[in-house]
Amino acid sequence: MHIVVCAKQIPDPETPPAAFKIDAATNKVVPAQGIAPVLSQFDGIAAEAALRIKEASGDAKVTVISMGGESAQAAIKQVLAMGADEGVLLNDPAFEDGDSHTTAKVLAAAIKDLGDVDAVFCGRQAADWDMGQVGLLIAENLEWPVTIIAKGVGLEGSTLKVERVLGDGFEKTEVPLPAVVTVSNEFGEPRYPKLPQIMAAAKKTVTKKTAADLGLDPSEVGKAGARLQLQKLFIPEKGAQVEFIEGETPQEQAANLIAKLKADKAI
Amino acid sequence: MPHNILVVGELEDGAPSSTTLELLGGAQGIAGGGTVSVTLLGTGASGAAAQAAGAAKAYVNDSAEYDTFRGEQWLPAVQAAVEQSGADLVLMAQSTAGRELGPRLAHRVNSAVAMDCVNVVDNGGTIEATRPAYGGNAQATYTFAASPAIATVRAKSFDAAEGAGASETAELPGPGESRVNVTGKEVTESEGLSITEAPIVIGGGRGLGAPEGFEDMKNLAAAIGKDKAAVGASRAAVDLGWFPPSEQIGLTGKVVTPDLYFAIAISGASQHMAGCSGSKMIVAVNRDKDANIFAFSKYGIVGDWKQVVPALIEEFKKG
Repeated sequence: MHIVVCAKQIPDPETPPAAFKIDAATNKVVPAQGIAPVLSQFDGIAAEAALRIKEASGDAKVTVISMGGESAQAAIKQVLAMGADEGVLLNDPAFEDGDSHTTAKVLAAAIKDLGDVDAVFCGRQAADWDMGQVGLLIAENLEWPVTIIAKGVGLEGSTLKVERVLGDGFEKTEVPLPAVVTVSNEFGEPRYPKLPQIMAAAKKTVTKKTAADLGLDPSEVGKAGARLQLQKLFIPEKGAQVEFIEGETPQEQAANLIAKLKADKAI
Repeated sequence: MPHNILVVGELEDGAPSSTTLELLGGAQGIAGGGTVSVTLLGTGASGAAAQAAGAAKAYVNDSAEYDTFRGEQWLPAVQAAVEQSGADLVLMAQSTAGRELGPRLAHRVNSAVAMDCVNVVDNGGTIEATRPAYGGNAQATYTFAASPAIATVRAKSFDAAEGAGASETAELPGPGESRVNVTGKEVTESEGLSITEAPIVIGGGRGLGAPEGFEDMKNLAAAIGKDKAAVGASRAAVDLGWFPPSEQIGLTGKVVTPDLYFAIAISGASQHMAGCSGSKMIVAVNRDKDANIFAFSKYGIVGDWKQVVPALIEEFKKG
């Protein structure tokens, strides 16, 4: 059993809103000073799901793949420290500024390149762009079945048993391998690596691959291959200035608020 | 410029769902003289076509196998409707179905999808889709370098279509095999109105301090009126086990867009705001006057919810 975990490094979503800035000229987020980028939280949960299957089955291998710059090594190392066996960094200037479709194309090519992969685990969405597309598109590229937004994943023979979250409850599904699963926060917290594991992760192999290594033409990946084109990234208006309701006592404040809401026909 | 638009509809008890009618309303506004059509799959689809206000044509299949959403079964039918309708814009809900269909359909028709959009417009002939990103800290506007443009749309982004339904129907292929086998479903029953439908929503956060705080939230909802108000929770409160995950408001929970949202003891983390910033009006009660929630609120009360909420309940009871 060989499971691939897809991991993305993103700006820390816990960055205080006041420190969140956009460079209008490039339509990019300006990295907040002193706040390091992190592994997208849902990818950490996907890694946890893969590692639990590895531990239950005894002889499984987990490979973590990330597409990104050199700094994405940190995201790979984190999943290696959690217990993954090997890492692959997909690093090529041609990969930059793509869309979900080009990202999935590169990841799918890297998964094919590994040759013997049985399952791909992704986070339900990257916590920066929040699209939730890449797992589904990897499945489309590989022509594998896919099930998304899992809260539980188990392996029985060559079938994944996946419990997934719906708007009004949960659904149990069975998916034959090879397959793609995306994992949601309802699965639970990922493990926190301890110092010896972090030390051990430093010694694990991380292989680097470029577009040429994967047989991809630069024109079909990154910005050149993107079909969804970002025109403008902006910080939305937050509406009117807040009006703090006056009053000597909570009762007075409550009465004043309700008078305002009635005047606005909000109630 | 005229656009032919296909809405991927969803059925609820044999009728077009409320979000389907909203998408049709949005499509009417963008079409500019082009044709609006709709797909309806599952029991009662043919009959529901006449209720699909705003659609000229409905692509239908009544097979009960379509009642449970399975991506591999729905995709060929929806793709057939895209091709037959000649749509240059496809709209679907940001629902269990839309989340899966959007990207997979985009792949199969060699185009792209913008997910969870809050607005889709024709800007001088070009389709533009706008969606929140970075947990709601930013918004992004996209255009499409391929056709059809595809967008999944957040509930309540458009006003529902009114008027006559589809007068013409065409039959879509029946369901094929699905490699993903659905073996069971567990529906979480919620009390009273759902948070996505209620005109007034009360959100409780970690600042309530204990699960018992949600009893006070329910009492506030009852004082406003059980036919008007529903109670939800922030992810922090849900992760603490104080309230069920199905009632979580935020990026990975439900997106609520009520007329009025009461945020009680909620700090206003961006992932929470992603789930409630579409409310017409936000009113916040928080002890910290610098809390982020106030940046989104029209009215704020700085104070202890334990004193403010009972006072609000008293006032609402006066009528």
